[in-house]
Amino acid sequence: MPIPDWLRIRRDKQQNAEAAQWVKCPSCGELLYRRELEENSGVCTRCGHHFRLHAYDRINLLIDRDFVEVGAEILPRDPLSWSDRRPYLKKLESDREASHLSEAIVTGFAAIGTFPVALGVMDFGFRGGTMGTVVGERVTYLFEEATRRQLPCVIVTASGGARMEEGMLALMQMAKTTMAVDAHMRAGFPYIAVLTDPTTGGVSASFAFQADVIVAESRAAIGFAGRRVIEQTIRQKLPDNFQTAEFLLEKGHVDIVVSRPQLRATLIRLLDYLVDGRGPGRTLQAVPELAAQ
Amino acid sequence: MNIIVEREKSLEALEQRIEDLRARSARQGGESSEDMRALEDRYAALQRDMFGHLTPWERVNMARHPRRPIASDYIARLDEFDELHGDRQFRDDPALVGGLGRLNGRRIVVLAQQKGRDTKENIRRNFGMVTPEGYRKARRLMELAGRFALPIVSFVDTSGADPGIASEERSQSEAIASCLLTLSRVPVPVVAAIIGEGGSGGALAIALADHVIMLEHSIYSVASPEGCAAILWADASRAEEAAARLKLTSDDLLGFGIVDEIVSEPLGGAHRDADRFVGRVLGTIDAALSHLSNVNRELLVERRRAKYRRIGAWQETSQRFASVAAR
Ligand SMILES: [Zn+2]
Repeated sequence: MPIPDWLRIRRDKQQNAEAAQWVKCPSCGELLYRRELEENSGVCTRCGHHFRLHAYDRINLLIDRDFVEVGAEILPRDPLSWSDRRPYLKKLESDREASHLSEAIVTGFAAIGTFPVALGVMDFGFRGGTMGTVVGERVTYLFEEATRRQLPCVIVTASGGARMEEGMLALMQMAKTTMAVDAHMRAGFPYIAVLTDPTTGGVSASFAFQADVIVAESRAAIGFAGRRVIEQTIRQKLPDNFQTAEFLLEKGHVDIVVSRPQLRATLIRLLDYLVDGRGPGRTLQAVPELAAQ
Repeated sequence: MNIIVEREKSLEALEQRIEDLRARSARQGGESSEDMRALEDRYAALQRDMFGHLTPWERVNMARHPRRPIASDYIARLDEFDELHGDRQFRDDPALVGGLGRLNGRRIVVLAQQKGRDTKENIRRNFGMVTPEGYRKARRLMELAGRFALPIVSFVDTSGADPGIASEERSQSEAIASCLLTLSRVPVPVVAAIIGEGGSGGALAIALADHVIMLEHSIYSVASPEGCAAILWADASRAEEAAARLKLTSDDLLGFGIVDEIVSEPLGGAHRDADRFVGRVLGTIDAALSHLSNVNRELLVERRRAKYRRIGAWQETSQRFASVAAR
């Protein structure tokens, strides 16, 4: 659905629920007025805690014109006939209803500043942002289209890793997306990854850490193994800052840590450095669908 | 306790009796008695019962059998092998063995996840769980293979990449992601053999290949059954159930197009006839390399890309382009 639709649905829902006007910050406990929180890009005005964002809210925050979604028709199946507490297909259905998303990533074209980009935004609210076949296919398709249209690619990650319910087909998406990143890279177009809370497992060990520039959102949990797995393995508690964006910056694994209100401006500056001013991908003509609107 | 090992123990008494009878009849120079034939028949029937058809969980146990051939058993059978150590940055990871070798006269680069035979060696090898330094060594050798046009042969046997603090501090994610990127463009044949456990991204990091060979009772999975059960149900003890659901057996994966060839194992598993079996696996690898060596470099990488491009199971509702998501 286009973003205006999404925003309307959300506002309707909020108006119906009086309690939803106030949100408690899980980090400092402060009661925050929702409108104020939204105006501050979902960052706690008291302690700076970054709330997780819905994919469409994130897109809304980053883009300047409309968003042309592609790959939305790529939808999940149930290749393993998976069922545990509930059948996989039922889990997908309830996540679709709860999140207003058809899968854990939204892909399309947009302009960030004056730069047309291929943009992918993951959403932790759909199956924990896990990568199954659809996420792999949409990411791959996005990079292929970006390469064809000579566009830079921006991917905002939020993922618990590979999706168990699609087994090895999910794991293989790491290989598939890597090859699409590789082709885009060798064609000479920039790729910027924005790592948000949380980015782990199969997504972090593939396209998240293959970008030309890796931006991490402040305090996001980023790592290969999940915190719980490591704690169980070593049988001790990990320090609070372990696997945070700031920790990774100190260890030398991400380029920049930004707080969310600065993200869009940071991306525009990075695109300005990396995009060849004379290249065809520099103008909105690369995305006629966008220019037409 | 490994359930395959337990079963083998239950057969031991019978095996001993057959041995004793054989020895006695050999001493007496007579033909084998009725008793003997009956025992042998019973033994064969028991073996078929126990090992003739293995469930996914039984295969998990087979893949982890303490006597299953491990990477060093294959490497020992190469014509030649010279190990090359270290990632040139931090340290040498003993869980990933790499080097130059020769298989049936052909020069190759070897990458292998190495478990240990006993507890002491397993601790040294970190149970085959590779750290970022191991993956960075692997990547260095992949690039070396590309420069000198040497095909890459990898032996995959890990429950997963190392999940420790130090591995996170040195970015396990980046190390694996870089291996994948390198394998996706290296212009030489890549053949991977899943010889035991293929656990998650830690296995795939050296298994993105033109030809993936899987041993019949090996497993290859998005997560270890224990890990999957912990993630989904917060209960690692439901590993057997997870194993059944994950579709991690060789036949499942051949069906999905994720592996290209299965090497069938002797009844009771690879370790029952290890010497001959290891030779057969190396022969299969050699045949795949012969086939791939005829393909020109660009086409090779193009085919590799096309092979992985197809993998998945999704549906498409309408045309590729839609500004409105189908809900
Ligand atoms: Zn707060």
